[in-house]
Amino acid sequence: MELKSNIPEGPLAEKWTRYRSSVPLVNPANKRHLEVIVVGSGLAGASAASTLAELGYKVKVFCFQDSARRAHSIAAQGGINAAKNYQNDGDSTYRLFYDTIKGGDYRSREANVHRLAEVSGNIIDQCVAQGVPFAREYGGLLSNRSFGGVQVQRTFYAAGQTGQQLLLGAYSALMRQVGMGKIAMYSRHEMLDVVVIDGKARGIIARNLITGKLERHFGHAVLLCTGGYGNVFYLSTNAMGSNVTAAWKAHKKGAFFANPCFTQIHPTCIPVSGDHQSKLTLMSESLRNDGRIWVPKKKGDARPANDIPEDERDYYLERRYPAFGNLVPRDVASRAAKERCDAGYGVGPSKMAVYLDYASAFERYGQIEAAKQGLVDPDKETIKRLGKEVVKEKYGNLFDMYEQITGENPYETPMRIYPAVHYTMGGLWVDYDLMTTVPGLYALGECNFSDHGANRLGASALMQGLADGYFVIPYTIGSYLSKEISTKAIPTDHPAFEEAERNTQAQIDRLLNVKGSRSVDYYHKKLGKITWDKCGMARNEQGLKEAIGEIKALREEFWQNVRVPGDQHELNPELEKAGRLADFLELAELMCMDALHRNESCGGHFREEYQTADGEALRDDENFSYVAAWEYKGEAGYELHKEHLTFENIKIAQRSYK
Amino acid sequence: MKLTLKVWRQKNREAKGAFETHQIDGISPDMSFLEMFDVLNEKLINEGKEPIAFDHDCREGICGTCSMFINGRPHGPKRGITTCQLHMRSFQDGDTIVVEPWRAGPFPVIKDLVVDRSAFDRIIASGGFVSVNTGNAQDANSIPVAKEDADDAFDAAACIGCGACVAACKNASAMLFVSAKMSQLAHLPQGQPERRRRALAMVAQMDKEGFGNCTNTYACEAECPKLISVSNIALMNREYLGATVKSDE
Ligand SMILES: Cc1cc2nc3c(=O)[nH]c(=O)nc-3n(C[C@H](O)[C@H](O)[C@H](O)COP(=O)(O)OP(=O)(O)OC[C@H]3O[C@@H](n4cnc5c(N)ncnc54)[C@H](O)[C@@H]3O)c2cc1C
Ligand code: SF4
Ligand code: FES
Repeated sequence: MELKSNIPEGPLAEKWTRYRSSVPLVNPANKRHLEVIVVGSGLAGASAASTLAELGYKVKVFCFQDSARRAHSIAAQGGINAAKNYQNDGDSTYRLFYDTIKGGDYRSREANVHRLAEVSGNIIDQCVAQGVPFAREYGGLLSNRSFGGVQVQRTFYAAGQTGQQLLLGAYSALMRQVGMGKIAMYSRHEMLDVVVIDGKARGIIARNLITGKLERHFGHAVLLCTGGYGNVFYLSTNAMGSNVTAAWKAHKKGAFFANPCFTQIHPTCIPVSGDHQSKLTLMSESLRNDGRIWVPKKKGDARPANDIPEDERDYYLERRYPAFGNLVPRDVASRAAKERCDAGYGVGPSKMAVYLDYASAFERYGQIEAAKQGLVDPDKETIKRLGKEVVKEKYGNLFDMYEQITGENPYETPMRIYPAVHYTMGGLWVDYDLMTTVPGLYALGECNFSDHGANRLGASALMQGLADGYFVIPYTIGSYLSKEISTKAIPTDHPAFEEAERNTQAQIDRLLNVKGSRSVDYYHKKLGKITWDKCGMARNEQGLKEAIGEIKALREEFWQNVRVPGDQHELNPELEKAGRLADFLELAELMCMDALHRNESCGGHFREEYQTADGEALRDDENFSYVAAWEYKGEAGYELHKEHLTFENIKIAQRSYK
Repeated sequence: MKLTLKVWRQKNREAKGAFETHQIDGISPDMSFLEMFDVLNEKLINEGKEPIAFDHDCREGICGTCSMFINGRPHGPKRGITTCQLHMRSFQDGDTIVVEPWRAGPFPVIKDLVVDRSAFDRIIASGGFVSVNTGNAQDANSIPVAKEDADDAFDAAACIGCGACVAACKNASAMLFVSAKMSQLAHLPQGQPERRRRALAMVAQMDKEGFGNCTNTYACEAECPKLISVSNIALMNREYLGATVKSDE
């Protein structure tokens, strides 16, 4: 099968406009008869569902949490990008487009990224209209901050709770449609399979998580907005329930999985403190705006941070990357931290941490504040106090969170941070319309592979999720549904529904009947260790080959020895976890295969064999300038398809932030 | 640390529940309360028993899913945090800890410590929004909003919908939750056109769900993990009163 990305003709900057003016429309009377299933209620799902319902489609929304408002998007902290150029600092659609392509290390599609940049401004408008309380300046206008990998201020934010506020906005739009009877909401439901009839996605099988009953739902189209698969590493900054099941089941029904090895390790997270740890906590990238990262110059220096004098500190990001300093992209910052710690300069009890220091920010903000208040010759303490107040207003909730978890006060001693798994650029392959290789099956938000290439820039996931849901899918779905207006709703006693339900039931039975001796978490932790050690921040051929063998063995053991207590017809969190882990155990293998086949380093994919003399990622554009889209072939494994990337508007170069 | 846990067990909505006692050892002060439950559940699974069902997801205090009533207080003894942010260093070696689900008529127990909070969703669906379809918006900077108003709106919008306020209240009142949403939108220009309609609709739905009235004990504010202020309730009463007067005219 040939991959068709369906990118419209015409010059880059006009593609989307032309597309919108020529895409077939569905008239309102027909929309009422067209049913759309949206799986997921995060930014992508909630925005898509509410917009499609506003347009008149009949929509059903599913999420596994008890409320749509609790989707993992709620946890996003730092902000959302948009090319508004409100700061008059030279931002533009082209620049956001360029930064994103470059940040992604030239592994994304130009047309998609340009469209993303084009609609970014509309997102901010829409959110403000919904009552999203973004941060503002005294003049009443919106405030911006900087994020990594860019030199303009284009990030909009709501303290350290931007994802929460954006999701509550999208959730309110969703609930408005629920209240109007235009959306049927199914919370505490987990989708466990896609139903494909005559080659088209026509519905899903979902398990009601309270009663345990399997349900069949028909849709003329199915949208997966189910988030990323970072929890394949067990420890990550993702919510505990985040999983790959929906995407993986779709993959097994014919949707290609693209670039699974492109995973993002976020540089600033609270370090692991012990074996009991169930998840890692992010310290937003926005903290790198004002914080400075350092380690002692002396190896194994055990003095407390505050006792190490200025000239004995190595601000290694500022040293290595003077142009971007602490604001280099995530992959670069993460690897640099790992490099220092591996070389023996790490700090804290585990020695696997670096300092994120706010001392100079207190000082800088304190000076400004003192000047504002007209204080003459303020003493050091006053400046510090004033500075702390400013920082508190900007990042207070993050500082509190840090103290909560570590028991240390970050206003007094620098924070200790270390990289952690955070985001997955890989995901279901989609064309320009966001359609997967299964007609009628779409993927939006983090669940698709599309816009971030090999490395996502900060504050761009929220942008992409909302772009997909509010502004892209409402147009592109018309291109498919306009041909479906005479398709009647298919009764769910159709053999394809029966078969899908049977298979789902069989997997549940199988899990419950192993009755082995180890818990699901036991296996999940083991899987996490393999993937983190051998397919994490740095990868090499030998390690990946070992990982593949170990994962296969672990999967076998899981199916022989896992213990899933309780039964199907009740709320059973262990059963839910077991099903998700079963899918992670398959995805993990493909992720390592993908990493093994990509004989180059790019973005978050760092193959130790491929680096420059000074330790930077070494791409191989000649041989790997493509999207790796894997087709599931059952027992036979996976077949690789390549979507070659062409860059007509950007000159590819080695990415440099020096 | 060594602890004794008295945990509420209840098979399902209809079943009668009861406390069950567990001893647990080897708890580190760095663990979160939920990680302590992970350890306990792992132990129960290994012993061939049923683990305790509890709700959680983000484990960083923002999704509002976790909901344990610990030693008589929603989200436990510390102010301004959720159960998932509570760490074992807040307890002493040898402590006995009692853990129950939220108890309130409109939040029926689903299993063990898991309750049904869908009433909150229905309240939002009744009016907790601005009616603006996608694509209708004007430029975001075309309406300036005083920073103070934006900040007040944000403070109210910080509510995570956890339901601790209801669980804390002897009347099972949802006023803090409802008023937070109303107050967020009342502080913003975008929320003005539907102010009256919103107040009436949300209060009507709140009553329909069976939440009780506010008798000003302020337990909600004291237990709210996001420190949502009861001044929002005063604002809500004004909104509601204003709206009823208007609609009687
Ligand atoms: C701690 C943290 C901070 C972040 N901060 C930022 C930031 O500042 N800026 C930024 O741009 N990005 C940030 N990100 C990334 C960003 O939050 C996510 O990429 C984005 O929110 C994903 O949105 P989504 O709609 O694709 O999926 P999600 O929000 O993950 O939603 C997934 C939805 O799918 C549902 N679901 C999943 N599987 C199933 C199933 N099988 N059946 C039924 N329902 C299912 C879930 O219930 C949920 O509703 C952050 C991420 C993390 C972890
Ligand atoms: S007001 Fe506070 S306690 Fe009540 S739901 Fe909101 S965050 Fe929870
Ligand atoms: S688990 Fe999300 S707030 Fe506690």
